[in-house]
Amino acid sequence: MNQTLKLYLSCSLFTLFLTNIYSQGQIHGNFQVIAQTYDKDSLIGANAAQEKMLMNGFCNLIYTNKDFTAGIRYETYLNVLQGFPNGYKGTGIPYRFAQYRKEQFDITVGSFYEQFGSGMILRAYEERMLGYDNAFEGLRVKINPYKGIYLKSLYGKQRLFMGYGPGIVRGIDGEISVNELLDTLLSANFPQITLGGSFVSRYQDPTDLTYILPANVGSWAYRVNIAYKDFNLFTEYVYKINDPSADNNFIYKPGQGFLTTLSYATNIKNGDGLGILAGYKYVDNLSFRSDIREGLQNLFINYMPALTKPHTYNLAATLYPYATQPLGEWALQGELFYKFKKGSALGGKYGTQITINASTAYGIHKEPLNDLSTTRQGYKARIFKKDSTLYFSDINVEIRKKISEKFKFVLMYLNIAYNMEVVQGLGGKPMVFADIYIADLNYKINKKHNLRLELQALQTKQDQGDWATVLLEYTVSPHWFVAVLDQYNYGNKLDYKRLHYPYYTFGYINGSNRISIGYGKQRAGLFCVGGVCRPVPASNGLTVTITSSF
Amino acid sequence: MAFTLRGDYKIPSAIVKTLDGKQFNTAELSNDGKPIVISFWATWCAPCKKELDNISEVYEEWQKETGVKLVAISIDDTRNAAKVAPTVKAKGWPFEIYIDANQDFKRAMNVNNVPHTFLVDGKGHIVWDHNNYSEGDENELFEKIKSIAK
Repeated sequence: MNQTLKLYLSCSLFTLFLTNIYSQGQIHGNFQVIAQTYDKDSLIGANAAQEKMLMNGFCNLIYTNKDFTAGIRYETYLNVLQGFPNGYKGTGIPYRFAQYRKEQFDITVGSFYEQFGSGMILRAYEERMLGYDNAFEGLRVKINPYKGIYLKSLYGKQRLFMGYGPGIVRGIDGEISVNELLDTLLSANFPQITLGGSFVSRYQDPTDLTYILPANVGSWAYRVNIAYKDFNLFTEYVYKINDPSADNNFIYKPGQGFLTTLSYATNIKNGDGLGILAGYKYVDNLSFRSDIREGLQNLFINYMPALTKPHTYNLAATLYPYATQPLGEWALQGELFYKFKKGSALGGKYGTQITINASTAYGIHKEPLNDLSTTRQGYKARIFKKDSTLYFSDINVEIRKKISEKFKFVLMYLNIAYNMEVVQGLGGKPMVFADIYIADLNYKINKKHNLRLELQALQTKQDQGDWATVLLEYTVSPHWFVAVLDQYNYGNKLDYKRLHYPYYTFGYINGSNRISIGYGKQRAGLFCVGGVCRPVPASNGLTVTITSSF
Repeated sequence: MAFTLRGDYKIPSAIVKTLDGKQFNTAELSNDGKPIVISFWATWCAPCKKELDNISEVYEEWQKETGVKLVAISIDDTRNAAKVAPTVKAKGWPFEIYIDANQDFKRAMNVNNVPHTFLVDGKGHIVWDHNNYSEGDENELFEKIKSIAK
């Protein structure tokens, strides 16, 4: 905990120091530290840490003064928590930037995050809880030269843990809001149309002992968004020239991707609410990194969203979550959301909400060319054509209902098929078919005190067999919370693995400051945010988390 | 806590998108000199939706009494951004909604995790914020709104 205190103090002192220098502007920021002890528990597979305790921490400071903004992030990993990439070592200031914005101009030097279109061609972002950070280091200029026209360009290297990857990325993106551009010609009822296009190029030293590699790899994308009354349609197409890499086994085949979503939402005449969503995605050989020899989640230039529903209840969220397969994937998703209004037969006194969601992902059709010793095209694929290998499917129904001022509940059922071999890269593992049942019961004792009980059961004949989870949470608004969680692998085929994983949490919140203390056993699983997942090993110990923003 | 440096902290500038895909600069958020609540949420965040559901039930009353406006900033990325409009409209949330798909506004506002709720006074100064949501937290928020609405 000593390190935590030091980090917190140095963060506050530095802030005070900056505030004094720049009495004109404002300083604000945020802070987080997670410190965890690790005790050995060979039954659940938890390893002890030689250091006894591990700690991840960061502090962001942003200084603004009129049109000028500058910021740094101090990060410390002493040593990095288990399950995070080991590349995070020691302490440093890997993120720092200065930004100047005046009317149509926006110039950034240093580190920055960026997204073109859907991100399928370029996206730099951070998920600190995952250890994901592929920020650019370089410069970026954004210009708005004429009403409705937005241009962005960037030049930089990408962050890899405490350093940078070898590739240089250049990109330009343009977006036109047709309605803003032609505001005098178009009526207000005309559909809102936004058009966009991007070009991204990566340079990497092509020297290689085995292959003749392209030094520059270009990729481009077009997109359109049309919003009309209650409808919204988004479509983007991405193409990338041949980009031999460790991901695709150094084949010289171009890549492409297509994403479209269509949504409809309305308030029906009788007062009920309706929302419908459909999404489709096709991806072929589209892994694009600023180092062709990298793997895992490192140095991705682009981002391919998973077209599946991210779940929040822990068995559904952490045992069999799907992550996009950038080498080839055909995916569909549909969702129906309906709200029966208050006072109707099905709505009752407070209304009833129902969500039905279905998603599926398959491999794409590939005709092997057996040319790895000659032209190395690898295979032929036809756009939009899938094959019969199921990667994932999830059909789920959720009912949300308030019965009285005191009591409300959520009931949920999920049916999941999960190809472990493909999604987790675990050869020889079976396809997992699982049913998950969830009841989330909420009892409001009075204005401030609340009790919540979560019951979950996962049933499967494969993998680790059946699981159950019970969570009891007691909160006193606005400051306190305490929770007891038990996960129980009651259906494991192996007797000695039918274990309980009890975990206790206690916390205090004051405004934007939060401290929580957790103790107990955590099961190995996948921790996912936004379709990017990190395997978290089992652990047993005490965790202290402090977050603050100021 | 140690940090009381906020002083003249105004809503920072970041580009977010409206539900029909247009760009919007957050520095332009305003409510005719009345308070604004800025709530960061996501379609996959259960406590966020609970908070906004609960506020939507009392929103009319809040508005009548204080003139407050709630701006809900979804941090859903491409994976879920298309779900924002159907969720909001079908639930009937009467809030102003923007999508912060690459979390530029979230970063500028120093949000660690969602839900995170800010209160902005009539002059555009951020005067109070709260991380997390537990049942009943909206009462504290409403007390704060009333105290600055006068």
